[in-house]
Amino acid sequence: MVLRPVEAALSGLSAVFSSFMTNTWIVASVVAVVVGAVGFFTVLRGSAFAAHAIPQGAFAGAAGAVLLGTSTLLGLGVFAVAGALGIGWLGRRARRDVATALGFVLMLAVGALLLSMSQGYEPEIDALLFGQVLGVGSYEVLPTAALGLASVLALILLYRPLVLASVLPDLAGSRGVSALWTEIAFLVVVGLATAMTVPVVGASLMFSLMIAPAGAARSLTDRPGRALLCSSAISLAVVWASIAGSYASNWPVGFFVGTIGVVVYGLSRAAAARRHRGLQPGAPQLAERSA
Amino acid sequence: MSSVLRVLVEPGFLANGPVRTALVTGTVVAVVSGVIGVLTVVRGQSFAGHALSDISATGGSGALLVGAAPIVGFVGIGVVAAGAMELIGLRRPRARDLATGVVLGASLGLAALFLYLDSTASTSTGVSATVLFGSPFAISATTVPAVVVLGAASLSLVLAVWRPLLLATLSDDLARARGVRVRAVGAAYLLALSFGVSMSALMIGALLGTALLIGPAAAAVRLARRPLAAAGVAAAIGLGATWAGVLLAYDSFYWPPAGRGWPVSFFIVALVFIAYLVADRWSSARSRRPSRG
Repeated sequence: MVLRPVEAALSGLSAVFSSFMTNTWIVASVVAVVVGAVGFFTVLRGSAFAAHAIPQGAFAGAAGAVLLGTSTLLGLGVFAVAGALGIGWLGRRARRDVATALGFVLMLAVGALLLSMSQGYEPEIDALLFGQVLGVGSYEVLPTAALGLASVLALILLYRPLVLASVLPDLAGSRGVSALWTEIAFLVVVGLATAMTVPVVGASLMFSLMIAPAGAARSLTDRPGRALLCSSAISLAVVWASIAGSYASNWPVGFFVGTIGVVVYGLSRAAAARRHRGLQPGAPQLAERSA
Repeated sequence: MSSVLRVLVEPGFLANGPVRTALVTGTVVAVVSGVIGVLTVVRGQSFAGHALSDISATGGSGALLVGAAPIVGFVGIGVVAAGAMELIGLRRPRARDLATGVVLGASLGLAALFLYLDSTASTSTGVSATVLFGSPFAISATTVPAVVVLGAASLSLVLAVWRPLLLATLSDDLARARGVRVRAVGAAYLLALSFGVSMSALMIGALLGTALLIGPAAAAVRLARRPLAAAGVAAAIGLGATWAGVLLAYDSFYWPPAGRGWPVSFFIVALVFIAYLVADRWSSARSRRPSRG
C-alpha cells in the first residue's frame, strides 16, 4: 500500500527516459550547455536586454518563413542575425539599451505585419514562445548540434577579446580590440544560439536560461573560465530538472525553467553574501571589482 | 486642398467608433510615455521600462485566471516587480541589468504557466500573440477612466520629482550633497514608470508601449537641449506617430495582400523609428557644422 506512490514515481521516471524522449534529452542538453555559455558573456557584458530582444524579435523571421513557405529555422536564423547586426549598427551612435529597444520594437512590428498577412499560425507561435521540448523530432537533432557547434567555436575564438572588452574596455581599446566589432560579433553569436534554441525550447525559456544560471555562476566565482563552465553546468541542471518537472506535471517547461532559475540565482546570491560577510565585514564585494 | 485631404483621410474616418477610442487612448499614452520616456532614456533604463510592460502583461493573464479585473493584475504586479528590481537592483548599471533580467525571466516563466492554465480553463485562442504584441486598441470603454487616472498619477509623480531626479541622474554625489534623497527619488521614478508602462501595456500592448516609451524620447533628446523641452518634443512625436499610424491603418484596409488592413502597431512603430533616424541624422549634421567654421 505504502509502496504504491513510490512505484508510480519509478514508472514515471522510466518513462522520462524512454526512447521517444531520447531526442529531447540530447537536444535540450546541447541547448543548455551552449545557452549557459552564451549567457555568461551576456551577464558579463550587461547585455540582458539584447538577450531578450533577439530571441523574441526573431519571431518575425518565423512568421515570414511561414508566409513564404520556407523552413522556420532559416527564417529565425536570418532574422536573428539581421536583428543582431541592426542593433549593433544602431548602437554606434545611441546608448546600447536605446538601440536594443529600437531594434527590438522594429523587429516585433515587422513580425506583427507578417503575422497579419499569414493565417492559421497560432499553435506554432505558442510553441515558439514557450517551447515544445517534450516533442523534439529526430530531424531537429542535426541542425541543433551544428548550430551549437558553430556557436561554441565562435565563443572560443572570441573568448579573449570578449572578456577583455567586457571587463577592461580601455585596455582592450589600447590593444586594438574594437568595442563596436566585439559587440557586433557577440550579438551575432546570440543570434546563432537563438536560431538553434527557439524552435526547441521557445524564446521566453531561452532568455530565462541565459540570465539566471550565468548570474548565479558569477556570484559563485570570480574567475571567468570557471564561471563560464559553472554557468553551463547550472543551466544543464536547470534544464534537466525542468524537463522532469514538466513531464511529471504536464505544465509548460518554461515555467519550471523560470522558477528554478530564480531560486538557484537567489540561493547563490545568498551563499555569496554569507561568504563575503564571513571573509571580511564591511569589505567591498569581490564582484564589484570587475564592474 | 480638400480633395487631397479626401484621398489621405478615407471618408468616415472620424465618425468610426473604434478609431475615436484608439485616438483618445493613443493620445493619453503618447503624452505620458513621452514625458516618462525622456527620463528613461537619460537614465539608461530602457530595459526596465520594457521588462515592466512584459511583466504587467503576466499580471494581466494571472488576473484572468483568478477572475479579477485585468487592471488589478496589470498594475499590481507592475508595482511589485518595480519594488523587486529596486530591492535587488544595485547602483551599478550591469548589476541593474542582471536584476531586471532575473525578475523578467521569472515573470516570463509565470506567464507560460498562466497562459497554459488559461488555455486549459477556457478555449481562448490567440493568447500568445497577446503576450508578444499586446492587443493594440482592444480596450473596453469601461476601463478608460481608470486608465486615465493611472496616467495622470504617473505623470504628476514624475513631474513632482523632476528636478531632483535629473540631478540624481547626472551625478549621484552632487544630488546627495544638495540633500536629495537619491534612493527615494529613484524609487518614486520607478513607481511612476511602472504605473505608466502598465497603463500602456493594458491599453495598447507591450510592443507599442515600449515603442512609444523609448522611440520618441530617444529622438527628442537628439533634438532638444533642455530636458523639459525634450519631454514636450517626445510627447509631440509620439502623438504624431500615433495619429498618423491610426490613419494609415484605417487607409490600409484595401491594401494588398489580404484586404484585411495592416496592423496599427506596425505603422506606429515604423513612424517612430523613422522619426528617430531623422532626428539622429539632423543632430549629427548639426554637431558637425560648428567644427567647420
